[in-house]
Amino acid sequence: MAARDFFKDTKREKRYFRTRIYIVGLLVLLCILVLALRLFYLQVKSHDYYATLSHENRMKVVPIPPTRGLVYDRNLNLLAANRPSYQIRVTPVDVEDIEQVITRLGQLIDLEEHHLKKFYGDLKRKQAFESIPLKVNLSEEEVARFSVNRHRFPGVEIIAHASRHYPMTGVNAHALGYVGRINADEMQKLDRKDYSGTTYIGKVGVEKFYEETLHGTVGYQHIEINAQGRRLRILESIPPVPGKDIVLSLDSQLQEVALQALGERRGSVVAIEPATGEILVFVSAPTYDPNLFVNGIGNKQYAGLRDDPDQPLFNRALSGLYPPGSTIKPMVALAGLHYGVTRAKDTIWAGPYFQLPGNTRKYRDWKKEGHGSVDMLKAITQSSDVYFYTLAHKLGIDRMAEFLAQFNFGRQTGLDTWGEVKGILPSQEWKRSAHGQPWYPGETVITGIGQGYMSATPLQLALATSVLATRGKGVQPKFLRAIQLSQEEQSVNQTSVARSVDVTDESHWDQIVEAMTDSVHKPNGTAYSVGKNASYTIAGKTGTAQVFSLQKDGEYLEYNEEDIDEKLRDHALFIAFAPAEKPEIAIAVVVENGGSGGVAAAPIAKAVMDHYLLEDEYAHQDSS
Amino acid sequence: MATFSAGTNRQEKPLLNLDPVLMGSLVLLSGAGLAVLYSAANNNLDIVIRQFTHFAIGFMVLVLLAQIPSKQLFKWSPWLYLGGLIVLIMVLVVGYSGKGAQRWLDLGLIRFQPSELMKIFLPMMVAWYLSDKHAPPSLRHIAVALLMIAIPAWLIVIQPDLGTALLVLSLGFFVVFLAGITWRLLAVSGGLLLASVPVFWFYLHDYQQQRIITLLNPESDPLGAGYHIIQSKIALGSGGLYGKGWLNGTQSQLDFLPERSTDFVFAVFGEEFGFLGAILLLFIYGFVVMRGLSIASYAEDTYSRLLAGSLSLSFFVYFVVNIGMVSGLLPIVGIPLPLISYGGTSIVTILAAFGILMSIHSSQNLFTS
Repeated sequence: MAARDFFKDTKREKRYFRTRIYIVGLLVLLCILVLALRLFYLQVKSHDYYATLSHENRMKVVPIPPTRGLVYDRNLNLLAANRPSYQIRVTPVDVEDIEQVITRLGQLIDLEEHHLKKFYGDLKRKQAFESIPLKVNLSEEEVARFSVNRHRFPGVEIIAHASRHYPMTGVNAHALGYVGRINADEMQKLDRKDYSGTTYIGKVGVEKFYEETLHGTVGYQHIEINAQGRRLRILESIPPVPGKDIVLSLDSQLQEVALQALGERRGSVVAIEPATGEILVFVSAPTYDPNLFVNGIGNKQYAGLRDDPDQPLFNRALSGLYPPGSTIKPMVALAGLHYGVTRAKDTIWAGPYFQLPGNTRKYRDWKKEGHGSVDMLKAITQSSDVYFYTLAHKLGIDRMAEFLAQFNFGRQTGLDTWGEVKGILPSQEWKRSAHGQPWYPGETVITGIGQGYMSATPLQLALATSVLATRGKGVQPKFLRAIQLSQEEQSVNQTSVARSVDVTDESHWDQIVEAMTDSVHKPNGTAYSVGKNASYTIAGKTGTAQVFSLQKDGEYLEYNEEDIDEKLRDHALFIAFAPAEKPEIAIAVVVENGGSGGVAAAPIAKAVMDHYLLEDEYAHQDSS
Repeated sequence: MATFSAGTNRQEKPLLNLDPVLMGSLVLLSGAGLAVLYSAANNNLDIVIRQFTHFAIGFMVLVLLAQIPSKQLFKWSPWLYLGGLIVLIMVLVVGYSGKGAQRWLDLGLIRFQPSELMKIFLPMMVAWYLSDKHAPPSLRHIAVALLMIAIPAWLIVIQPDLGTALLVLSLGFFVVFLAGITWRLLAVSGGLLLASVPVFWFYLHDYQQQRIITLLNPESDPLGAGYHIIQSKIALGSGGLYGKGWLNGTQSQLDFLPERSTDFVFAVFGEEFGFLGAILLLFIYGFVVMRGLSIASYAEDTYSRLLAGSLSLSFFVYFVVNIGMVSGLLPIVGIPLPLISYGGTSIVTILAAFGILMSIHSSQNLFTS
């Protein structure tokens, strides 16, 4: 090779080559300079910009939902608890093909249609980086199956959270309500920030009314994550403020007693502590298990509840409207005394029916032969219809409406819950605006026995009874007893008098209470069946509300209960307070289509009062 | 330029024909490479040990080649080239695929990329061919040389391995350039090359086209094709002047940076050692290239000169293209950072090239002493 080289002009070639090397060397230096400048631009000039990006890259702010406040009853039995549960969540931005991932997840986790529907609904509303729950309340097997396959599902994670649980299932359902997954409408109205990690929101009842108190304040974690979104460590943490525990006035033992006493029948029991307005019993039967709603109820299950002819989801205590029937009579009597239309000792002849002057229509008494000569005491005790037809006619509808309004008929009681119905307290003005028709005198007559247009909820009846028990002090009814501010500190819900009933003479109260006591304890009283064995005095009034009127030639007719459909039978009502001298409990019972108030409703009230006054070891520690 | 100078007044033959200056730089780079790799692999010592094995093999090959006089290499050149071509064809027939490309040949015990061999055999062949031609070579000789370059380059493009193909092309071109191609011809062929770009474009794989498109505007596809480059720029930029410190680069440690132990290892380096560290690395690379060019310029025969020059420049292309692509100046073509990126074949090839350089250097020493 050397030999061949020497044939050429070696020196010239070498020089030539050197020149090339120098040129190339310069090129190398130039390229290095360009790279150095580029690195200077990236690492020195733009450092701040990229440092920020790097910071954002690795940081993720994760909301920590606050623990929802617990709910206790007055005896500190736990009504609403939180228990650990696992949910699977999907972060859309980290998932390539959502549908495909969901399909694959379906092989590990039992996904029903409502899970998917909710998920895809959320998917549209939420931002891509927000994680969306796919299924809550996973079984342990599902958690295990997913955990093993976790690496196959980037962007999908299982999170432990506290799931609402109602240990007493249906006992307090209609008072307590329930929480459920936040839906689209709620999302619109919420503070998105505060609810960013929250799964549940109060849907009905106390859970809804005290949502703000129970919810608490969201906390945050600044988490360092890697490119797969896996959490590596917590950099900073702002702890959430847990929701406050609340104590309700409800007595869940009494709730159970009331439910048991109602048995299979539809109806409602509401009991109030007259002095404070605290709701002791708030039962609507049949009831349902609120736990079903917490994590999304299945369509079939929901349809079952919705289409049940007994309507378990319907809150009878709060929204069920019933003609008060004869339970209105003590109040109408009081109105008579107050306005001086009659005196307690005045007697009238109560025959089989009442007729308005110049009218042939007969307003019949429930007792075919009538009650004969009755004064107010006897009229209430035996529940004479004719007496009250007469009294109502004398009072006139407007005076009656004005007076009964003081017992909170025809308007909401303002109980701390949602969905209350105000009922109807008819008057001339009401009829004009509601029906555009004039008032007829015959309508006054039947209003006197709590029929016709008049309607009220069991809650309103219980409140009116409580007003009777306190002789006119209309305290604000309430579920909330106290808010637990800290371990030691409670904020007690103060009692407030909403409005009081004024009568011209305080002795009027005594006369009414005496009459109500007699109707329970006197052998001729309509509720003697419960009064004869009572170890304390009960003041009460039965009621039988017509659901259905057999009319013949414009007359109200009595009918044989056995002959007609169960759903068309009368509602049985009973209101009472006890002990009559120093009332600790006021109660209203409605048994739908139960027939006679004295037979069907009064024993239920008695069972509750017995338990409260005689057996409940906690009952008196607060009220006496 | 004194340290670059590889020629004057060497008194004694260096140990095992190894140039201590070059050797020292290579060992330094390898050490830095292992350190960065340890960090890039999330403190996984296994990978570092494997890479260390690569270095051990590579340095053995280096020392071995340093003992072979360039005269021998000259004789073997055409046969090695032919052998390399045959293996390249074999890859296409029975090769092992990975990541949509057929680059590997499984020899039972080891898998290797035959295209790497061409990084040495091709310049040897072209230097062999042009060494006895007058400078500047005639058009006909240049045409023959270009054909020698084109055949393996084409075989590599269709594997497809654009990065290696470009490296092989540039290596061949360097030999032709150093052999004394006239400037006029250079200008004309440069023009032709530009004109052929659209044709070339047509033959690129979709993913290769995509890489070039997203280079122009990586932010347009942050989660797709632009992800690599955005993340590597964030890593580099957030490193700042002094860097976040070894093992403390969040971008790389937290998996944001893809391919961070292979092609994008420079981003890890830049994040953890900052601008100053990167400049120091550039300096060492530049020094190595300059030293190589110096050896080339002092080489006694044409073959050695051309071979030494082109091998030095191949090292230059390696690090300039890699750092250029990691810092977002050049398309992502898959060229490793020499002696730092993880990967056996490229380390062995690079060190083998330096073995040849050492041999040329010591032959030159023999001549002068």
